[in-house]
Amino acid sequence: MLSDIAQWVLPLVLSIIFCFSLCKKIKIFDCFVRGAVKGLKTLYGIFPTVVALVIAVTMLRESGATELIASLFSPVASALGIPEEIIPVAMLTPVSGGGSMSLFRDTLEVYGPDSFIGQVASVLMGSTDTTFYAVSIYFGAVSIKKTRHTLVAGLAADFTSLVLSSFFVKLFL
Amino acid sequence: MMNLIFPAMVIISFASAIATGRMAELSAAVVTGGSAAVDLLLTLVAVMCFWGGVMEIAEQSGMTKGLSRLVSPLLRFIFPRLRKEKYILEAISLNVSANMLGLGNAATPLGIESMKRLQEINPDTARASDEMVVFVVMNTAAMRIIPTTVAALRGQYGSAEPMAILLPSLLTSASALAVGLTVARLGCLFKRRAGKKKC
Repeated sequence: MLSDIAQWVLPLVLSIIFCFSLCKKIKIFDCFVRGAVKGLKTLYGIFPTVVALVIAVTMLRESGATELIASLFSPVASALGIPEEIIPVAMLTPVSGGGSMSLFRDTLEVYGPDSFIGQVASVLMGSTDTTFYAVSIYFGAVSIKKTRHTLVAGLAADFTSLVLSSFFVKLFL
Repeated sequence: MMNLIFPAMVIISFASAIATGRMAELSAAVVTGGSAAVDLLLTLVAVMCFWGGVMEIAEQSGMTKGLSRLVSPLLRFIFPRLRKEKYILEAISLNVSANMLGLGNAATPLGIESMKRLQEINPDTARASDEMVVFVVMNTAAMRIIPTTVAALRGQYGSAEPMAILLPSLLTSASALAVGLTVARLGCLFKRRAGKKKC
């Protein structure tokens, strides 16, 4: 039901913007082109950052580093009541949206979406975003290298999601 | 920071490839990672152009002003020092609205625009300002109200109740956002005090 409503959001938002702008008698297409050029220029600026990060993340995944680190954390996870099977997903969510999404699909397929593990993974996926991607793209766009404590704060939020997803699933489901 | 993270990722990969004996996969990853990056950038080309254009329209028609007025009580609470920077708050409010609606593709270009405007008032353009830290942390947490992608996937894999996770997801992401913003704020306070002592 709700996912049906979700299909409406994007077209509706666009139509509202265009109708409103028509009423205001804006030269819509001219504006669009001007803005699109700005967007292209921005992309040109973040291109190197994205290439570096995507390659590094692929290397981490293919070398087995994510699994190694996950196995290091499994004692901590079991102490916090987090199912061990979740750790690889949790490890990937901050670094790669696509990578964690494919692991999430695997998890759903293997354990089932309504199992405890499946539910925890779902809540985790629904409540985190790719921290590294956001940090590198946003700071890359204004070419800032001193990001200060952004990453620490972002990862603190991700860790909170990890701990609380198991907690709230136990509480509600 | 990226100057440390990037080499660390590569070196850790090399070390674990030695440990796991996956050197062939690692070597292939350099190539496949490159094409994955190009794939991502190709999607971004269309997204950045399209939403850059739409944002320009929304701005020219005065829609962004209305929207920022709507979200501004929340933003004023999160960014107390931007109260008078209407130009910046407009961009941020668009980014926040897109995030809440779950339009991740739209949120990124709008967020980049916000960062550029924040950079204009940044005293040290090589170093992130307090507001930038808070803004990016806000974007690293999920703000979407309805986790549509996850629900769709759950349905696809035969869940009896794809939306059952709505309430726990909302509570989890709200708490994560609160923790992230608190750490971001505390970090700013701490750094500022440390800076003052030096002077």
